[in-house]
Amino acid sequence: MSEIIRRDPRREWIARNRLHPEYANVLADMGGGGGGAVSEWQGPNGAVRKNPRAIGFIGPNGVKRIDRSGLQQGGQSAATTTAARDSRRMVTIDQPAFLVAVVPDMTGGRLSTHDKDLLGLARRLADADAERPGAVVAILFGEHKEAALGEAGIDQVVHLDDNSYAGFAPEACLAALSGVEREMAPRFWLLPDSPLGGSELGRRLAVRLGERPATQVWQVEADAHSETSWRCTARGAAGSVDITRHLPRVVLALAECAEPVSETRHAAQPVALPQPLPDVLGRLKDMGEVAVDPASVSLAEAEFILSAGNGVKDWEGYHRAAQVLGAAKGASRVAVDDGFMARDRQVGASGTWVSARVYVAVGISGAIQHLQGIQSCDKVVTINLDERCDMVKRADLAVIGDAGEILAALVARVERYREQQQENRDAA
Amino acid sequence: MPRNVKSLNGAGFSVSVLVSVGRHPLTARARRADHDARAVEMALSLNDASVQLIHAGDNDTASEEALRGYLGMGVSGVKRIEQASNADVVPALTNILRFAAPQLVLTGTRAETGEGSGLVPYLLAESLGWTVVSGLAEIESIEQGVATVLQALPRGKRRRLQVRLPAIATVDSSAPAARQSAFGPARRGELTDCAYASVIDELQTQWHIQPARKRPKRLKIVKSASARDRFKAAAAKADSGGGQLLSDVTPEQGAEAIFTLLKEEGVLR
Repeated sequence: MSEIIRRDPRREWIARNRLHPEYANVLADMGGGGGGAVSEWQGPNGAVRKNPRAIGFIGPNGVKRIDRSGLQQGGQSAATTTAARDSRRMVTIDQPAFLVAVVPDMTGGRLSTHDKDLLGLARRLADADAERPGAVVAILFGEHKEAALGEAGIDQVVHLDDNSYAGFAPEACLAALSGVEREMAPRFWLLPDSPLGGSELGRRLAVRLGERPATQVWQVEADAHSETSWRCTARGAAGSVDITRHLPRVVLALAECAEPVSETRHAAQPVALPQPLPDVLGRLKDMGEVAVDPASVSLAEAEFILSAGNGVKDWEGYHRAAQVLGAAKGASRVAVDDGFMARDRQVGASGTWVSARVYVAVGISGAIQHLQGIQSCDKVVTINLDERCDMVKRADLAVIGDAGEILAALVARVERYREQQQENRDAA
Repeated sequence: MPRNVKSLNGAGFSVSVLVSVGRHPLTARARRADHDARAVEMALSLNDASVQLIHAGDNDTASEEALRGYLGMGVSGVKRIEQASNADVVPALTNILRFAAPQLVLTGTRAETGEGSGLVPYLLAESLGWTVVSGLAEIESIEQGVATVLQALPRGKRRRLQVRLPAIATVDSSAPAARQSAFGPARRGELTDCAYASVIDELQTQWHIQPARKRPKRLKIVKSASARDRFKAAAAKADSGGGQLLSDVTPEQGAEAIFTLLKEEGVLR
């Protein structure tokens, strides 16, 4: 085909006249064969022409609606979102000038938000000098389920997947980290200052390396006068003072110490240590987790809460359900004001802000104060009579029906499950 | 609740508790430190163990009042090592612990004044070559030089550990609350002074210390090319949406759906 644009004055004339009987067909031809009226096409001189009348659709009430989200363009939106995802720059650092080692907590085998913040901080330290970039090395213990290691900003991964690191084994982990220090000599060590293990391991590591760490760091800034060219702000004296100091080699950082990585993707290349790590004789022995009574756990940190509101009529059944399910008991303000539950069980703005993984709301309509209190819950289940209430909108699973009957059925189901488990155990 | 502690060779089981001077979070007055008081409480709850309290720090009236708070819990005396206010207390404590050689050392997780980094137990354990355990919630038993303890984890969980003694254990707020301090025993108790040369912490003099600033709240940054997406993210109501809605089901079907979700999330034990 020649490059010369051929004009057809008659078709152009039809395209300008929307009352012409062939108008729609001509527009469709000009738009490259798409069905229906086309809103954009290339004009005779190569300029893009737009037909504002072709945009939009007729709504249910006969009113013309324009949706600018791109969904009306037909198939284009999916392509643009994938393009947006791929537009994150892929960064590969072949010859790193130095290394920044990060030991994430990996709670439940995944990077927590705290870990991601920490990796964001590591990226800042590594990428400070664009000429001589450093690499971020993550040291992971045990099995993990995280697929997006590179997207969190990790260049190299030292994955120590051995039985000796399973469970709680700070001594074995410490020996492994000393091995990494010997082989790779990272410039910085970053660990989360979290009760999930990072704070303990970080302190052990700092003492072993003979470095004085900065603990509870929440801000890191560049500082030309410092010997490491960074300065950090850390909480001290039970959180009552801020200590500003040079950034040491070992840093234990709080959550939200930096923004997580979002604009770049990294290689997350597996790296093996050149020498096998020596076995250590542990003086600590992990005997496993102990089952605890859910009622003794404070509501703010309970993992599983069964919460009752105005819709609960059968309170005996509710208490029995909480006992059978092994859930902590919560309540809405109404249930507390009416005297059915104790004041310290109230969930919401004027009660406790809970952080449960699973929150089951029974007969709670979801006042905004209550929804604030359950903001950080992962999964919300509700049993409710009104299917248009706010709690149903918030819930991941909403069951519409009578609370008492559904709770009774749930208790029966769980008891059946327990019996089956018991039988299996007896058979085995 | 007193614990049955069978000690090695029938001799009295000796526990040392490292105590510090705390600071009330509101009034900023000197007081017994909360975590250290819980450590003392845990030591006192051990049956026929001899409990010794050790404090290293400067020696003024305010800190003496705070230390008497520990004496009021029913301890006969506190051994006080006088140190300058900017001294590193680890050498002094290492020295006294090596000399006293207790089987178990209890202490709070971190101090309420000074740097408060929580490193002292780890430094002591490294220099003495002892084991260190963090976040103790309960001591279950001590037999044959091995202590069985419960370690507190987040979300109220507990982990059982066996620790070879001698060990240093830290106690935090998940341990049982400390008993009230009584006035009479607090006056009668004795503070025994002993001297050890202060090692001044040089590094700390370079730091800039100021009252804690409020941490900036993290903004929700939406990185999107389209203005519509940014506007939607800014104006969106905080509902998750896309939840599953079961209406017109029998109670059994509803219960089954909830049961499946609970099992998937792993909260049913």
